[in-house]
Amino acid sequence: MAATIRIQAEPFDVAAETADLTRGRADIGAVVAFTGLCRDEGGRLAALELEHYPGMAEAEIARIVAQAQDRWPLHGLTIIHRFGMIRPGEEIVLVLAASAHRQAAFEAASFLMDYLKAHAPFWKREHLKDGTAGAWVEAKESDDQAMERWGR
Amino acid sequence: MKLVYFAWVRERIGRTDEQVDAPAGVETVADLVRWLKSRGEEYAYAFENEGVVRAAIDHVHVKPEARIAGAQEIAFFPPMTGG
Repeated sequence: MAATIRIQAEPFDVAAETADLTRGRADIGAVVAFTGLCRDEGGRLAALELEHYPGMAEAEIARIVAQAQDRWPLHGLTIIHRFGMIRPGEEIVLVLAASAHRQAAFEAASFLMDYLKAHAPFWKREHLKDGTAGAWVEAKESDDQAMERWGR
Repeated sequence: MKLVYFAWVRERIGRTDEQVDAPAGVETVADLVRWLKSRGEEYAYAFENEGVVRAAIDHVHVKPEARIAGAQEIAFFPPMTGG
């Protein structure tokens, strides 16, 4: 199964990525797309700054992808995670999961996002509207719980 | 071995990376943290709540009891907040 993993500063285009994933394929019956966006947190935020661990980010996402491939009959995956300064309304992360049927695609996309949030080495810092650098975003216990529901 | 730091761990220690030779007896990640904390207040501050800071050896997540023999790069960072 083909998996595309990219860590990049640049924005991405969901439609173009979906077209790349399905081009020339007649066996894909379902593509589930999850796009994570930067919120302004009630108007407080000017941007989120995303720091990552180059090398490990790619390696860890590849390990998460391998687990998803073991669990579901997937025909393709695309995972893109951005780093750097990201403004409200801009995209942060993309997961595309392709399979013959919708259930595997829905479940794999959900699994991948839960694992990415808890395991992929990225850290968010808030930049506030008043021009100051705010706090590092704290990890949520609910994210760990979301991952644990997949067991193993 | 090379140590690398991220996010507020990096800010508290005041550097992105460094080369260290841990003394004899430092065999696990937990031993390494204990030794680092003895090197100065910036390290004591970064690791003040043990159990919060996470570690990776050569790009793989590890637990405090993981052995560091043969490691080329050990990373310390806060719980992850990507996605």
